[in-house]
Amino acid sequence: MEAFLHQLVSGLAAGGIYASLALALVMIYQSTHHINFAQGEMAMFSTYLAWTLLQAGLPYWVAFAATLGISCAAGMLIERVLIRPVEKAPVLTVVITFIALLVIFNSVAGWVFTHTVKVFPSPFGAGLLPRNPFMSPHEFGSIVVTLAVLVLLYAFFRFTPLGLAMRAAALNPVSARLSGIRVGRMLALGWGLAAAIGAVAGMMVAPVVYLDPNMMAGILLYAFAAALLGGIDNPLGAVVGGFVVGVVENLMGAYVIGTELKLTVALVLILGVLLFKPAGLFGRAVVTRV
Amino acid sequence: MPLLPKIAPAPLEPTLGRAAMVVLLLAVLCVLPFVLSDYRTFQLTQAVIYAVVLLGLNILTGYNGQISLGHGAFFAIGAYTAAILMDRWGVPYWATLPAAGAVCFCFGFAFGLPALRLQGHYLALATFALAVATPQILKYRKLEDFTGGVQGIVIMKPDAPAGLPLSQDQWLYLFTLAVAALLFLAAWNLLRGRVGRALVALRDHPLAAESMGINGSLYKTTAFGVSALYTGVGGALGAIAVQFVAPDSFLPFLSISFLVGITVGGLATVSGALWGALFIVYLPNWADEISKSAPWAIYGAILLVLVYLMPGGVAWMLPRAWALVLRRIRSRGGAGPGA
Repeated sequence: MEAFLHQLVSGLAAGGIYASLALALVMIYQSTHHINFAQGEMAMFSTYLAWTLLQAGLPYWVAFAATLGISCAAGMLIERVLIRPVEKAPVLTVVITFIALLVIFNSVAGWVFTHTVKVFPSPFGAGLLPRNPFMSPHEFGSIVVTLAVLVLLYAFFRFTPLGLAMRAAALNPVSARLSGIRVGRMLALGWGLAAAIGAVAGMMVAPVVYLDPNMMAGILLYAFAAALLGGIDNPLGAVVGGFVVGVVENLMGAYVIGTELKLTVALVLILGVLLFKPAGLFGRAVVTRV
Repeated sequence: MPLLPKIAPAPLEPTLGRAAMVVLLLAVLCVLPFVLSDYRTFQLTQAVIYAVVLLGLNILTGYNGQISLGHGAFFAIGAYTAAILMDRWGVPYWATLPAAGAVCFCFGFAFGLPALRLQGHYLALATFALAVATPQILKYRKLEDFTGGVQGIVIMKPDAPAGLPLSQDQWLYLFTLAVAALLFLAAWNLLRGRVGRALVALRDHPLAAESMGINGSLYKTTAFGVSALYTGVGGALGAIAVQFVAPDSFLPFLSISFLVGITVGGLATVSGALWGALFIVYLPNWADEISKSAPWAIYGAILLVLVYLMPGGVAWMLPRAWALVLRRIRSRGGAGPGA
């Protein structure tokens, strides 16, 4: 029983990280209907940035905030410079652009920071929580951070004028533009937010999987599975999907198929959702007129 | 949203000029191993192998509009089929190619069935997942008896048939070249006729194509199968050439390099496979000197530049550049003596 609870909790903790990255994917999908294959590598790069700031001697939370700010600015810049020209381009063009970004981030990280695996600190300390043998402080902390991100995002989109403008731009760009919203700027901001959320995911997962340029490949796959499971246009769905995928992956790994085939679970999940319930659990079914 | 840039398939009719080019190219390719060192010949073998793979991927992505980021998986299946057949059952190397092709055709056809329901981004996503999951599946403990687990399988490089004064590398190169020539001929025949037109029609306007009586599901799954077949034969040849298969040779970046290859070479072209293969084999060689990561940074940058400026790739640029040069020469020739 204890072992089971432990697996469940670490599944939830991992799920929180998948949820954050899935949230970042949903941010971009909502406004442009693009699936950002480079999201994981962007998060990885942000984490290296945080690592550099920490090495420079900044306190953790200062480095954390600075990383979010820089990632957000970089995300907006990428949208403006690289993605805007292919916004209306054919799907293959967009996919190739994202793959190019993925490759560039990965290789530049390897180039600048070398491929040596680095230790990334956790802000929540090591050891076990008092009176809770199932959970490490880091697992607890990363779940809290995920939920905090979700609540903040919800509040931002629900209660601020800027959030409203962003929703309008995503939902109906033409009307939004007619009522004076700078749609282009909103799209860029969406990318910036996605990059920042991804950075959170990267900084939360790095203490667990260690920092190296390829650390996000598997995690991105789980995030895809999470986003699809929850419905790729639904932020809340992405978070629920993230936790579900985390738990399923961990329990399957522990009891059914062993840790060696965990990525295959993600593959099967992705194919399964796409085939049998393409809208996901909470997403809107898309009807196309032909 | 359209799937692909509006690219009409490259003209494939047999003309005298094209036939002459092909004969010339084949002649040069046949002579090369006798003037190059064994190592250079080996590199060229790899380029020919990649050309086969890229041709396969182009049939699927360029001609049929189904984006695959997971062809490394079929390459791996082909390579492992060849390695297991040679290692376990002592099958001669040449006999493993049809087997690898057949196995991959089945896998490709099977993957093509769910792919029918996926489009554009989603198909890219599903195949990307396949690429990421492949090394782990190959390492799986229960398959270790066959796959050799993390260690992989070592196989022997075939000797030239008795009586031929060729080194192993030279023989393997000529063998690969013959197989590739055969496969290119087959693809050329396939793509310039009814089947090719049907694939392109399904890519550009699936609804119109189906109402013209083209069986969309059958053509699309078969395209997936044929594409996997080419990739699998390429994988088998690759395994024989490097004498070794291991899960870590089939990382997701392999699939990405195939995508780089067809984009650079030219989508929806047959000759583009050659340019793309030369690019992905030789670029790392000189870029490695800058940094181990440099080839991939350059791949990425070139992908971006091509996507923005030259979506047709090299195979599209070359004839245009050639025409431009001809025009220059003519206009200069005309104006020269009089002036």
